[in-house]
Order: sequence, then C-alpha cells, then structure tokens
Amino acid sequence: MASYSTSEFKSGLKIMLDGDPYNIVENEFVKPGKGQAFSRVRVRNLKTGRTVEKTFKSGDTVEAADVHDTDMQYLYNDGEQWHFMDPASFEQMTADATIVGDTAKWIKDNDICNVTLWNGLPLAVEPPNFVVLKIIETDPGLKGDTSGGGGKPATLETGAVVRVPLFVQSGELIRVDTRIGEYVSRAKE
Amino acid sequence: MLAAVRDFFARAGVLEVETPIASRCAGSDPALESLVTRWHWGSDAAGQPLYLHTSPEFPMKRLVAAGLGPIYQICKVFRDGERGRLHHPEFSLLEWYRPGWDYRRLMDEVTAVVRVVLGRPDFPTERVTYRGLFRERLGIDPWTAGCDDLRARAATLGIPDAVSLDLDRDGWLDLLLTQCLQGQLGRGRLTFLCDYPPSQAALARLRQDDVEVAERFELYLEGVELANGFQELTDAAAQRARLQSDLETRRRQGRAVPPLDTAFLAALDAGMPETSGVAVGLDRLLMAVLEVRHIDAVLAFPVERA
Repeated sequence: MASYSTSEFKSGLKIMLDGDPYNIVENEFVKPGKGQAFSRVRVRNLKTGRTVEKTFKSGDTVEAADVHDTDMQYLYNDGEQWHFMDPASFEQMTADATIVGDTAKWIKDNDICNVTLWNGLPLAVEPPNFVVLKIIETDPGLKGDTSGGGGKPATLETGAVVRVPLFVQSGELIRVDTRIGEYVSRAKE
Repeated sequence: MLAAVRDFFARAGVLEVETPIASRCAGSDPALESLVTRWHWGSDAAGQPLYLHTSPEFPMKRLVAAGLGPIYQICKVFRDGERGRLHHPEFSLLEWYRPGWDYRRLMDEVTAVVRVVLGRPDFPTERVTYRGLFRERLGIDPWTAGCDDLRARAATLGIPDAVSLDLDRDGWLDLLLTQCLQGQLGRGRLTFLCDYPPSQAALARLRQDDVEVAERFELYLEGVELANGFQELTDAAAQRARLQSDLETRRRQGRAVPPLDTAFLAALDAGMPETSGVAVGLDRLLMAVLEVRHIDAVLAFPVERA
C-alpha cells in the first residue's frame, strides 16, 4: 500500500488513521529555527464526518487511503438499499442508509451523484449541487403575492421539506440548492 | 526595508560583506538540511557537491577571526524540506556580528534595528528566560524534566497524539514551545527568549548559573520567531567536538553527512575575539510590517510558481 510522508501532506489528501479513512482538511508546518519540525493537521473522518487534530513529527509516514470520488447514476431504492450504477462500465453498487444519509431526501431516479469509494466500496454519497423536484404539498398561499416575502414550507416528491415563496404552488417544479437546502427558483421539466 | 537596514548599519559603522552562497562544506546542524548542487571543473566528470548555505555563519565568523571588525550581510539562504505559512525553501537573512560585544548588548541593537524597520521607535521590548518561561507557564523545569514528564505534560495540555509521538528530550521541549508557548510570545512587544538548554545551541557559549545555560536568544513578535542569536562559542576544541557530535547524530539518523568545515575551525584555532552574532529573518520581519499572515504574501513568486 502506498504511503505519504508529512512533506506530502496537503488539504484533500486521503490517509488511513487507526483503520479509518481520513481527509486532510488543513496542514500546518511548524518548526523552530533550530529544532524539531512538526506537522499539525486537521483531518476529517470520512466514515463519521468528525474532524480531529493530529500532530506528526516531520518525516513520519502514514498509509494512503484508497479513496476516490466518482460520478454514479442513482437507479432505485429497494426499501433497504440504494442502488447506483457507473454510467461508463454499467457496474452496479449498493449503499445503505448510514452511507446515503441526508442525501436520500434530495435524489430521485437517474440523478447523477458523487459517490466516494473506499477500497472500491461506497463510503459517502453526495447529491448534485442543484436538483429539480416537484412539490407534492404546500399551502395555497395568497393570490396575487409575487414578492415571496416570508415564504411557506413545501413538501417535495422525495420527502424533503424546503421553504418556498408564497406564489409557488403544489405540482410545480422547483430548483433547490442541496448544499444549503434552499429554494432557488421555479423550474421547467 | 532593505534601505532602512543598510542605512542603520552604515551609521553604526558596520561593514557590509558577502560570503559564498555555494560552498564545499555545509552546516552540520541536525535540524537543518542543505540544498545541494554540483560543480563541474577539472578531471572529475561527476563534479563535486556544492552546498547552498543555510546561513552565512561559518564564513562570516572566519572574517571576524581575520579581524574585519563588526560586519553584516543581507543574503538569500536555502533550507531543504521546509515549507509552510512561515517557511519557504529560499528566504532572506540579515546576519551580523559584533566583536567585543556581549549578547545582551546585541539584543539592544536588534531591538533598535527592528524598531527602525517597524517605524515604531518606542515599541516595547522584554526579555524572558527559557527556563523561567517553562516553569511559569507550564510548571515544568526544562533542565530536569525527563521525556516521560514532558510527554505527560504535553498530554494534559491537550496536544494531539502526545501519548504516541516518539521524540527525544529536545523534541518534546520543541513541541511544548511551538504548540503551547510560542503563540503568546511577543504580543504587542518584542520578546527575547534567552538562555537555552545547552543541548539546543551547538554554536553558543555556555555559562554556569544555577544550571548550565547556552547564551542564545530568539526574538518573537506576535508569536512568530524573527531572529536567533548567540554569544558565539570561540573555543576551537569545544566547537570541533560539537560539530563532530552533530555529524554523528546525522550519520545515526541516516542523513547526509557533509564534510566538516575545517577552514572555520582553523579560523577559531587562529583566534576569534569574543563575539556576539544574530540572524534575522527579513521575510518574516516584512510580514510583521505589512501585518500579513502568510510568507507567500511577501514573495514575488513562491517556489510553486518560481
């Protein structure tokens, strides 16, 4: 297995610590002029999402984590597992609720998701930054209100609830920014 | 900044000098790694290694021993394996030597130079000792604490991985200094940290107080180390023993072992006056003047784009 020395540390590097894959968020080189050099790093556990700080002596090595991101098409959910397909190789993979997490409420069949693979198996699934979803339920709102001031909750076809302007109605399609979970605009098919 | 520095030394009667950037010998400090190039001349087709200096210390001391009097130099120096917010493999150093001066007097002059560059003639300054700082802030005596004591203190202070790091005694002291103490030094003032453990100053004179201390100082401003100075070791035999011990450490660590600088030792043998000397990192000083956090902000083209 490949390994990295502290001098190769940079944000985005994927490394193994205590058996879990981590992403380096921030790396600081610390060295007194005439003394021992250290790397002070913040790393995020890719399984739990938790961020911790670590200290390494310069020159220490850590094992590389076989982690990479790939685009996959979401096919369907069988009740327990979410099924994805690599659009190039047509290879299929499944991920359970602990891996899909909150992403589940944004994706519908055939959406292209960013899947993080660890040793070839899904570790995390990110939805597209923007998705178009149909509103299945929202209060009728006030006739003639076009300003959108205040807004109201709307339930989408995937089960997600977002705040929408008062003029948006049930049955309409809207564009949502999944990174912040907010309504962007009305959308066409 | 450079004009202000040169003006200061011209008024002070200190001579500007130049010494080789590329030398056949290199510093032996186990904490520093030289960049190496090759010189092709004569019968050896492979050429011979020339080491880019990590500081101009040895040749400048040769000039002091030759009787040049007070001298200063502004030059680029090179250190391999260093890169970060405060580190760049090539950086600018201002180094000067004051024959006949005590290192305390040199600290006064460092203060004067830095005040000129900062443009703040009344900027406050203070001196704290290495031992006093560790005792007061961390409750440990860096002269007597063992590795296990230092490791335990690092763990209770919340340094990540203190339990599992494999360090020698000076490594533990460096860890505590950089992670727990350094950030608070020089807040709104110039803080000189003085009198280091003898193991942390291969080129400084030793003095017997309650304990044996190395007459070395570092200057901190806003948590950033700006300068390092010594009451220079002038005893040739002692110096030779320390350099050889440094080279032995490097050999043990499987690192490059550059040839011993015999010309430097010969100069000490011939007789060097009691001297104090200091090196100031000019990039970091400029960072302080401009109040920027990253060294890249004061470099025209950082190494990744050089």
